[in-house]
Amino acid sequence: MSYTIQVNGTEHHVEAEGDTPLLWVLRDILELTGTKYGCGIGQCGACTVHANGAAVRSCQLPLEAVGTLSITTIEGVGATEIGQKVQEKWLTLDVPQCGYCQGGQIMAAAALLAHTARPGDAEIDAAMAGNICRCGCYTRIRTAIKHLGESQQA
Amino acid sequence: MTQSDTAIPRPDSAMARAETVMPRPTAAMTRRGFLIASGAVGGGLLLTATLPFIGREAEAASDSGPYPVTIFARISPAGVVTIFAPNPEVGQGTKTALPMIFAEELDVAWKDVVIEMADYQGGKMGSQSSGGSYSTPANWLPLRRAGAAGRQMLIAAAAAEWGVPAAECSAADSTVTHGASGRSLKYGELAESAAKLPVPDLTSVVLKDESTFKIIGKSTLDPDKARIVQGRQQFGIDVKVPGMKYAVFQKGPVFDAEVKSANIDEIHAMPGVSHVLVLKGAPRVMEVAPGQPNPGIDDGLRGGVAIVADSWWRAQKARSKLQVDWDEGAHANDSSAVFDVQAKLLFSQPAQGSIRVDGDPVGALGQAAKVVRATYAYPFISHVPMEPQNCVASYQDGKVEIWAPTQNPGPGRAAVARTLGVDPNHVTIHMIRCGGGFGRRLANDYMIEAAVISKEIGAPVKVLWTREDEIQHDFYRPGGYHNLTAGVDAHGKLVAWSNHFAGFARNENFARLAVPGADAFPAGFVPHYALKTSRIAFNVPVGPLRAPGDNAHAWVFQSFLDEIAHAAGRDPIEFQLELLSSPLPGEGEGKGGNAFGPGLIASRMVSVIERVRDMSGWTARHRLPKHTGLGFACYWSHLGYVAQVHRVAIRADGTVTPEQIWVAVDVGSQIVNPSNAEHQVQGSILDGLSAAIGQAITLDKGRVSQSNYHDYTLLRNRKIPPMQIEWVKTNYAPTGLGEPAYPSALPAFCNAIYAASGKRVRKLPLSAVGIKV
Repeated sequence: MSYTIQVNGTEHHVEAEGDTPLLWVLRDILELTGTKYGCGIGQCGACTVHANGAAVRSCQLPLEAVGTLSITTIEGVGATEIGQKVQEKWLTLDVPQCGYCQGGQIMAAAALLAHTARPGDAEIDAAMAGNICRCGCYTRIRTAIKHLGESQQA
Repeated sequence: MTQSDTAIPRPDSAMARAETVMPRPTAAMTRRGFLIASGAVGGGLLLTATLPFIGREAEAASDSGPYPVTIFARISPAGVVTIFAPNPEVGQGTKTALPMIFAEELDVAWKDVVIEMADYQGGKMGSQSSGGSYSTPANWLPLRRAGAAGRQMLIAAAAAEWGVPAAECSAADSTVTHGASGRSLKYGELAESAAKLPVPDLTSVVLKDESTFKIIGKSTLDPDKARIVQGRQQFGIDVKVPGMKYAVFQKGPVFDAEVKSANIDEIHAMPGVSHVLVLKGAPRVMEVAPGQPNPGIDDGLRGGVAIVADSWWRAQKARSKLQVDWDEGAHANDSSAVFDVQAKLLFSQPAQGSIRVDGDPVGALGQAAKVVRATYAYPFISHVPMEPQNCVASYQDGKVEIWAPTQNPGPGRAAVARTLGVDPNHVTIHMIRCGGGFGRRLANDYMIEAAVISKEIGAPVKVLWTREDEIQHDFYRPGGYHNLTAGVDAHGKLVAWSNHFAGFARNENFARLAVPGADAFPAGFVPHYALKTSRIAFNVPVGPLRAPGDNAHAWVFQSFLDEIAHAAGRDPIEFQLELLSSPLPGEGEGKGGNAFGPGLIASRMVSVIERVRDMSGWTARHRLPKHTGLGFACYWSHLGYVAQVHRVAIRADGTVTPEQIWVAVDVGSQIVNPSNAEHQVQGSILDGLSAAIGQAITLDKGRVSQSNYHDYTLLRNRKIPPMQIEWVKTNYAPTGLGEPAYPSALPAFCNAIYAASGKRVRKLPLSAVGIKV
């Protein structure tokens, strides 16, 4: 089957079965490998992308359901103001350890900050608890989000 | 393809050239180490320093290091200093820390440094293994000496150019300066002439005074991280080579099961599937017993069905239709519930073996003022790194090229060569950044799978495991059971300690690192002490997991010490300080240890305990609110000294809330990269808490019951307590931080739960005993 999807502002024609999860379309067909496979059941968040600005798990989104959704990946999120700020803050605070989950963490944080100017702890809990960091960088992830929130207009 | 493809010295290029002029390493030579300076490709200076492993100066003269360390660095005419990172990066920071040590002594400005990951060099660059927190202690002196030698040569080159004595010149920030005349030359300008100079003797080069360090001790960002935050850093799973196919590999539901038959034709007909292979298991030799010659960590192939397709998703989809009739072997009825019963039975009988006996434990217990008894049990646990196991392999004409996220390339190369019947020198291994390791990638089973499949299909292939494969086919941290009895005298001092350990064993041999060490604290500090053992037969693959051995034993020993202190009406910290102050003769002064450093030095432990006591407000703990408590634990692990205090609160519904953690750490004179060091301590502690709270691998009918992150849980980003870390600097060579903070985290947390609730945790995880966090 042939599908047309919008990824990082570009239209892509993709030949694949409709039940192929977006994750594998991104990684193996479009070669956007920043979106990671971690669990395949929506438990870990390593595959988080934005669909029309909302954080979604791309392992749970079949190609045939993407339709006209505008998909943004970790490779493209730096084109948005908030995405770029999150990436910069992640470096300033040296947030990653191994780095494998961090694309998903950044996507989740950017979606949160885009909709909630100054997230409190409960909002960070809700937005970030779906993203596992096996290395345990949680303290710096939270600090980075709070710093970014404080620098935004409420 | 790989980021560092173009510039790495390969066995067949720069390295081979260096080898032709390399002096034969005689014994004397090996002790001293040697340095080769040569012209680099494209001009400049290529430094190749080979030094004996020098972890302990006292033993360096014995010529008995585990392996030599070779450092490569290149200074280009433009002044770019390329340092080849020897050891795999799994997130622990070695790719940055080791070049920092070299760059410090070279006196190069860090902005001029480019780090490249070396390929595996077949032993010429040391073991190139990242494990055991040993990268730092194994490389500390060799890297400093090599860097200092390079600096000395650059200074000599400048002095010759100016016709002045080298002693009048100094180096800083990639520049040699002649103070008297104010002249200076950049390293890049000196590299060509330095390459022609005689090389200094590595053991007599003058090292910098540690107080003048500019790079070591300064938080330094791993350059990979700029790519990581943009999703552009390559991990093993991201490697793609021309003509590559994708494979999944279905292993048996029971360990060591073999395929009897499968619906191969049906699977072969599915969309995109090109090959369906039935592979027979090849021997594994990873689980070696302590006390036997350790052949290293190694592994073979498990039996199963490989499905190869033109995309990973198509291979995985075909797998969902796969039906296999398995020969499940002799362990198809193994179960964790039965293991528990077997341990209980063993504890009702005399122990089968003995590891250590001091004094007269039986007699002393008979005379003790108070006797405390308890049984502790912990489960098998899994590593679950975020990046599932994967590997790209390309076999062609007896040669194999491998791209692998491995912690341990050497044994992987050997195992691939053995399994495929090829010359090890024809196996090239590119070490790709790993999405976490925690010891899982010390095994190389995924590497062997990819190599075998590539050979069978005659094309490059990427093998990628699912999370379910990962959890159900790990080399697990072994579970264990401890039946403990302790006696205190009338003053509340610990006088007797007796432990009957029941652990998992195969063919009379205990699982690797299952049995507590004979020197494990409090051994050596209790006058009447016994450690005895009994065996439970099993067939679960086991292997090292972060702070192997200690990650379980510390929880048992430090929990039981807390229990004894409370029973004796003592302050748990005072109780352990008293213990540390009265070692048996010859104990507590560094006896034992390993090739990388001395054994437990009691005074170092006392210092971190005293520090954490002050940090945490321990002595004022009686002023804490009701249902809130402080728990203390300390442990010496992988040459590091860690003491921690946890504060927890118990809510009305019984839920435990971690509130605060204080940690004091002594890993010697320097914290090489403080930002990363803090990461390692925080990560180790949260890792320990994850294990304590909810992690268990259990068997039913020989099958692992857990399958993914929903039933094998990790801490998530909530309820993460603030962690205050302080470094206690001591005059010892720096040691690593990947593991030391893990072991004491679990008992400190459980002891805090006791202080807050009166509930003593004697079985892990907490979720198995009805404690919610």
